[in-house]
Order: sequence, then C-alpha cells, then structure tokens
Amino acid sequence: MEKTMNLTIRVWRQKNRLDVGKFAEYKLANISEDSSFLEMLDILSEQLVADGHEPVAFDHDCREGICGMCSMTINGIPHGPESGTTACQLHMRHFHDGQTITIEPWRAKPFPVIKDLVVDRTPLDKIIQAGGFITARAGSAVDANAMPIAKGIADYAMDAAACIGCGACVAACPNASAMLFTGAKVAHMNSLPQGKAEKDRRTLAMVTTMDGEGFGGCTNIGECEAACPKSIPLDMIAHLNRDYAVAQMKNFFKPVA
Amino acid sequence: MNLDSKIPEGPLAQKWTSHKFNMKLVNPANRRKYNVIVVGSGLAGGAAAASLAEQGYNVSCFCYQDSPRRAHSIAAQGGINASKNYQNDGDSVHRLFYDTVKGGDYRAREANVYRLAEVSSDIIDQCVANGVPFAREYGGYLANRSFGGAQVSRTFYARGQTGQQLLLGAYSALSKQIGLGKVKMYNRHEMLDVVKVDGHAKGVIVRNMVTGEISRHAGDAVVIATGGYGNVFFLSTNAQGCNVTAAHRAYRRGAGMANPCYTQIHPTCIPVHGDQQSKLTLMSESLRNDGRVWAPKDKETAKKIREGKLDPNAVPDEERDYYLERKYPSFGNLAPRDISSRAAKEACDDGRGVATTGLGVFLDFRDAIKRDGQKAIEERYGNLFEMYQCITGDNPYETPMMIFPAVHYTMGGLWVDYNLQSTIPGMFVGGEANFSDHGANRLGASALMQGLADGYFVLPYTVGNYLGEQGVAAAGKVTADHPAFAEVEADVKSRIDKLMSIGGTESPRSFHKRLGNIMWEKCGMSRTKESLTAAIEEIQALRKEFWSNLKVVGDADSLNPELERAGRVADFMEFGEILCRDALMREESCGGHFRAEHQTDDGEAKRDDDNFAFVGVWEYKGDDVAPALHKEPLVYENIKLATRSYK
Ligand SMILES: Cc1cc2nc3c(=O)[nH]c(=O)nc-3n(C[C@H](O)[C@H](O)[C@H](O)COP(=O)(O)OP(=O)(O)OC[C@H]3O[C@@H](n4cnc5c(N)ncnc54)[C@H](O)[C@@H]3O)c2cc1C
Ligand code: SF4
Ligand code: FES
Repeated sequence: MEKTMNLTIRVWRQKNRLDVGKFAEYKLANISEDSSFLEMLDILSEQLVADGHEPVAFDHDCREGICGMCSMTINGIPHGPESGTTACQLHMRHFHDGQTITIEPWRAKPFPVIKDLVVDRTPLDKIIQAGGFITARAGSAVDANAMPIAKGIADYAMDAAACIGCGACVAACPNASAMLFTGAKVAHMNSLPQGKAEKDRRTLAMVTTMDGEGFGGCTNIGECEAACPKSIPLDMIAHLNRDYAVAQMKNFFKPVA
Repeated sequence: MNLDSKIPEGPLAQKWTSHKFNMKLVNPANRRKYNVIVVGSGLAGGAAAASLAEQGYNVSCFCYQDSPRRAHSIAAQGGINASKNYQNDGDSVHRLFYDTVKGGDYRAREANVYRLAEVSSDIIDQCVANGVPFAREYGGYLANRSFGGAQVSRTFYARGQTGQQLLLGAYSALSKQIGLGKVKMYNRHEMLDVVKVDGHAKGVIVRNMVTGEISRHAGDAVVIATGGYGNVFFLSTNAQGCNVTAAHRAYRRGAGMANPCYTQIHPTCIPVHGDQQSKLTLMSESLRNDGRVWAPKDKETAKKIREGKLDPNAVPDEERDYYLERKYPSFGNLAPRDISSRAAKEACDDGRGVATTGLGVFLDFRDAIKRDGQKAIEERYGNLFEMYQCITGDNPYETPMMIFPAVHYTMGGLWVDYNLQSTIPGMFVGGEANFSDHGANRLGASALMQGLADGYFVLPYTVGNYLGEQGVAAAGKVTADHPAFAEVEADVKSRIDKLMSIGGTESPRSFHKRLGNIMWEKCGMSRTKESLTAAIEEIQALRKEFWSNLKVVGDADSLNPELERAGRVADFMEFGEILCRDALMREESCGGHFRAEHQTDDGEAKRDDDNFAFVGVWEYKGDDVAPALHKEPLVYENIKLATRSYK
C-alpha cells in the first residue's frame, strides 16, 4: 500500500521584483511518498486555487533533472537534501510525516526574484553569449572523424558539459560566485581540439562578463560542488583559474581579443 | 487548400542538390534588411535562428522557458542517427532513407526523407565542430551503437544525454549571435497568434509571461519550431510546458494540420503511481537489449503481486508469460515501439497487469545478471537503474523493473511542402511541429536528426529562397503598425479577458486531466469507431464546460502559471477533437495508429494502401464547424510498399 504523510510547508511568497516578500505557511495532507517534490507543490497549488488564492509560482519544465529550470532551496539546501538530485527528481519518500519543509527561491544578488520562487537567471546566459561557444558556421565543418580526440579528453569534456545551467552553485555560494558554472563551460570547450582557437578570448570574455554581471569571486568554500545536481567537481574552477592566468599573461604581451 | 508538395524534378538523389542550385539567392549585403521570426529554441528553432543570423539576416527568437537552452530537446537520452557508415556495416544514405520510410509504415514523403538521410552526415560534422562531446572509442574516433532495433550501428550518442549536448551545441551558436546582436532573444515569451498580411505570414503576437504585456512582432518570414503536442494526453514524457498553441493558432489562421492521429507511444516508461502524477518518465529503450518483458500468466498471481502479497521473484518461469518472445520469436523483446506497447496493454486489459494500478508489466534483468554478472549490467545501465530507483524507490537489481507505455512523440503536425513551408506562404515549420519525415511511426534517434536537419541545413536555404522570391523591395515593408496586427492583437487580448472572467470553479489542471483521460482511454494505443465517436462528443461537452466553469486565479498582468495553462488547455481541447477526427477518418491501422477494426487474425496492424496512402490534412472552417479534410497522395517511386513483419 502506498504511504502518505501530512506536512507543513513554509514557502516564500513575493508578488514581484519590488515586493519585500515573506514566508507563508500551509498544511498539506495525504501526500504520497511516491510523489515527486514538484507534484507535492502541484497539490499545494490546487489546494490554494480551490480556496481562491494564487498558487506558488515556481520554475520547472522537464521534470526529469535535465533542463535546469527547477530552482528552489529546500530546507536551506539548493535542490534539497539528496545529493546529485534536482528538485524535480527529489521524491517525498525522503521526507517524513509531520515534517515542516521550508522552501525559498535561489538567494543571490545577480538573480533577482521575479515572483515567489521564480528568479531571473539571464546573467548565466550572458556569460555564454560572451564566449561560451566554438565558432563553426553551419556548413563549414570538416568530417567529424577528421580529428581524433583521445577518449580521456572526450570524457573529460563530457563530464564538464553535463552542467545543466541551473544556478544552484551560485545560490549555494556565500559570494554568489558563478565560477563552477563558468569553469565547467570553459573546461568543456577549452579542452577539445575544436575549441583551442578561441581558448584565450573565450576565457577572458567569459570571466569579464561574469564579474560584470555581479557574481562574486571564489574563496574555496566548496558549497557549489555539494549543491550541484550534476556533481560538477571543483576541479573545473581550477581549470578556469589556470586557463585564465595563461590567457591574461598572453594578453599582457599581445592582446588576444 | 493547395497541397502542392513542390517536390523538385529529377532523380531522388539529385533533387536536393539541384533544388539548392535553382534557389533565389539574397545578396549578403541585402540580408540585413530582412527580419525573420523564429518561434522556438529547441534543436530545430535554435539551429535555424543561429544559422539564419550567421547568414546575415536579423532574427527574433522566442521561447517560453527562462533560457533558450531549456527547450525539451534537452531531454532526449538515446542518440542521433546519421548515415556515416563509420562502422563499415553497410549503412548508406539509401539505407537510412529506406529504413525511415519502412519504419514510418509507408506514410512519409519519399523526397523529404531522402534529403533527411542525405544531410544526416553533415549534422554530425557540424555538431562535432561546435564542441558536442560525443562518445568516442579509445582510438579517438566516434563511437556508435545500434538503436531501436536498427540492423546497423548508426546512432551517435553523448552518454545518456545526447539531446542536452546537441541542444547546448545549437544554443552556443545561438548565444554567439545573441551576443553579436544579430538575434534578439525573447525568453519567457509565449506566442499566441500569427499575423497575416495579404495572405502571407508577417508576424506574431506574443505575451510576455513576466509582465503580461502583449506585443506585436513583424517579420518578413515566420518559422514555427515549437515542438510536439503529446501533452494533449495530459500525461506524457514531454515537459510541462510543451503545447500545441503555436501550431493550433497557425491552423486557425489557415495552415493545414496533417496526420494529427499519428502519435507514438513508448513502451518503456515508468508506470503511473497514482492520480497525483504530473508526468511520465522514459527509461531508455536500450534496456530491452537485456531485460525480458513478462506478465504473470494467471490473473490471481497478478492480483497477489499488485497487493504486495507475492514477490515477483517467487513466480516460477512456467507461470510467467514472456509475451514478446512468445508472439515475436525473431525480434522478441526488441519488437518495435508500437507493437511492444500494444502487447503490454493487452496483458493489462486481460487483468494480468502489475504495479499498484494494474497498469504495468515487468522488465526483468534476472537472467541477464545471471548470465553476464551484475557488474556488466551495471556498466551498461547503471545510470538508468539509479534513475529508476530514485523515482520508484525499488532496486531493479533485486526486484524486476516495472514499465508501462506512455505518449512520447507526435509524428503529425503542421503540413509543409518540400521547402518546409506551410499552406500559409511565408510561414515555415521545423522539428517535431511539422508532420514531414516520420510517416506514421518514428524510428528511435531520428527526431534529433530531423530537428537539426531542418534547423541547420534546410530552413536556412528555403527561407532564404522565399525571401529572395519576395524581392528586396519587400524587405521590412510590413511593420507592426499595420492594421492586421491590431486586429489579431485584439483577438488575443479578448481571449485572455474571456479566460480570466469565466469565474467558475474548476482549475485548468483539472480540465487538462479530464481531457487527457478521454484521449488516453478512447484515442490511445487502440482506437475504434465507437471509442472515437464517443471521444469527440465528450471533448465537445468538456469544452463547453471549460468555457463556462473555468477558474483562473491571479491576474493577467503578471506571472500567472494558471493563465498560461488555461490558454494551452483551451487549445488542446480544440486540437484533441481534430486528432480524434483524424483517427476516425483513417480506417486502417498503420504505425502508431491502431484501429482495432483493422487487424489481421493474429492481432497485427492492417494497412490499407489502396485507400489510405495519403497525408490527411485538416483545414479550419470555423468554431463549432467540422474541419475540412484534404488529401495529399503519397507516391512511392523508389520503394516498394510492403507489410512490416517482426515475427
Ligand atoms: C524524454 C524524451 C526522450 C527523447 N529521446 C530521443 C532520442 O533519444 N533520440 C531522438 O532522436 N529523439 C528523441 N526524442 C524526441 C526529440 O527529443 C524531439 O522530438 C525533438 O527534440 C524536438 O525538437 P524541436 O526543436 O522540434 O522542439 P523542442 O525542443 O520541444 O522545442 C520547442 C521550442 O518551442 C518553444 N515553444 C513552444 N511553444 C511555444 C509558444 N507557444 N511560444 C513560444 N515558444 C514556444 C519552446 O520554448 C522551445 O524552445 C525524445 C523525446 C523525449 C520527450
Ligand atoms: S555547475 Fe552544477 S549547480 Fe552550477 S549551474 Fe551547472 S549544474 Fe547547476
Ligand atoms: S524541471 Fe527540468 S531539471 Fe528540474
């Protein structure tokens, strides 16, 4: 038989960017332990709607841990207590009857709250727009097997490319640093032979944009790695620092951009 | 309705090359005078927007998520096909073409499919150049696998996240163009209607989902790449926001809707756990390479398992019905998607289903683990087993997995000609939103291929050709202050007002669930004249109820997920009826469309090539008026029609 639980949900309510916002508390009964966390929020929404209130706004789409849209801090941890799991892949069997669950939006200066749990993460897109690409116009590519890539390098690039751009790393970091996100993209592209031509330009441009968008620096706290649903390792930040130092030096002698 | 498919003259293998040569070109210096609107940022839309901008056109691109990187293409796991023949196992453009037409149960257009197979190689080249980290062998060359029962290994993949990596490739190219100012990106904007001027598509009306502002956007051409309509069934493997709104609104403005009844049901999804469920999760089809599918032979046994009184491992072999192996000895557990799905439904209809709901069958790895060892299975499927355990709480190494079919992909969509132009001139449709390449059934790993083919290699040419034909004097002539824009904008606004003001008692989600239930029960894996006739009546009644008893809380001038869903459900309600009408009209079984009246003695699909070798295209005739059916005959010059057999 499926088990159910009764819960108290403490959730952040904020009308819009300008509103100050506050926590509201709701009771939920008979939540199946097989439900996902977001299904629990769906039920809360239906309950609020039935009472004539606005449901809690939250971002979500794929609900299978890959689009990076869901974004909420659950009991103080971005994406909740299960490691390597997005909020949408978290299931209620990890909670217990009678528990109070606190849900907040990503708290980070570069991510202003739009409404309730929904924040504006476009600064992450801006970092990519600055240099997170390998220029190869459609139609200009050589045969895919023309350039062999050692499996180790391809695997490393894939590890880095697994980032879903959710921003949990930023939310977890006391400095609101986006180094893990940026490092993952830089490591992915800079390590591939195809990405070498633009390596220095890419690194400088992305870091400059990252700073310009108001993300903080990295002070090696490591909260980002712990919160990352794709377990992107801190090594990516080291990779970024290395490539950045090299690019800066080259740029000093002969501007790369 | 003019259904001229505009297939170029000449031999099949020369058509695309000669067509490209005959196209009107736009001088590079003149391209910046044109604006192209691209709705959607998935593989099709993202690649098209980036490529058109690279060519020099100004592009406006729209998506409903907070970033173009989140389009649902991201969720594809398995892989992407291409006829590279890197494995030296006999693949070729012609074989991929042939497999796709056959897999589609001979309901796709030959010339389009051939072009798809032809450009498939270029796609892999392009993706690698953009930094997509495909799986590689130790020698450094690209790895391939066989997928979805194909006889050759032509599938390229990037771990279990091929879709994400391909989309990030297109997204990075798109991002570069956004950074350069060639693409203006509109995140969190939903397209709600198309604007036509003198019969040509000249723009769209969109709603800013954060502020509620309705705005007009004019362009010289419009590309719709808004994905599939699987969510008409409520539960599907699609993302929550996937919708038919863009396509359906275009249909209401005169675009033909083709083959909506062709929907694909994927056999290996995690079963529904209860009525609180919001979506279904796909488990990669590759699991069927080693897992054996079974249901108990006996209803009593099934009942005991459902009630948790019997451990499935304790059921002896002679009491298990390995029904795929029994019915299809040569393909066994690898029988195609449509066939496997129906067989699972039959077992459950027979009262032999498992899972708490009775809607599930087993996918058992016991024998594979015995044969190859747990370690080997872990290496092959470790991440999938983890995902299964994360969702269900069961450990599939110890207790057999449970699976059930779910709606996964929609082959039907807006009708397009060879140029991917709809029946509205100037409106092009790419990716899952069009009907073009998969006939009545899509092969695994072919949707990603089609999305990128359309986006990188077809639309950039055919849209340019259209713009060239219109002439540079026409560039940017129509602006958003044209009266046609005001008219459509007023329509959009009054519809929103209407949704907001009904003041009933039932939520949009509740209506969506009820619609999905009708669709799944009466127009799902097996359809009959009775079920479809009933479905149409029920949907009409539900629609009336919707417009008189809908409750939308909040307001229209801010972020309002209830209003968003209400608008989408309203369109699904109209579209669902067309889907059922199409299924009712098609008195045959083919691919994903199974009419119980049309089956062979041993329960296999029976096609009717004499009467139904055509594309069924529906034309909007007004609210509460039946749409008109038009037919585009399918002519096969290079492939002989045959009956699919997987026995
Ligand atoms: C779980 C899953 C696994 C899959 N696995 C595979 C696989 O292994 N191999 C394979 O080949 N295929 C697979 N498919 C199918 C394939 O992923 C899709 O068919 C394909 O990616 C669709 O791409 P698209 O560009 O047409 O649409 P999408 O990627 O869905 O993009 C649609 C875009 O349109 C936008 N949009 C939609 N409506 C509106 C609107 N009204 N206004 C503004 N914007 C709008 C969205 O924001 C989005 O940007 C899978 C599908 C699913 C669901
Ligand atoms: S690094 Fe991890 S936490 Fe940060 S955006 Fe990427 S996936 Fe999210
Ligand atoms: S909703 Fe897509 S990752 Fe959570």
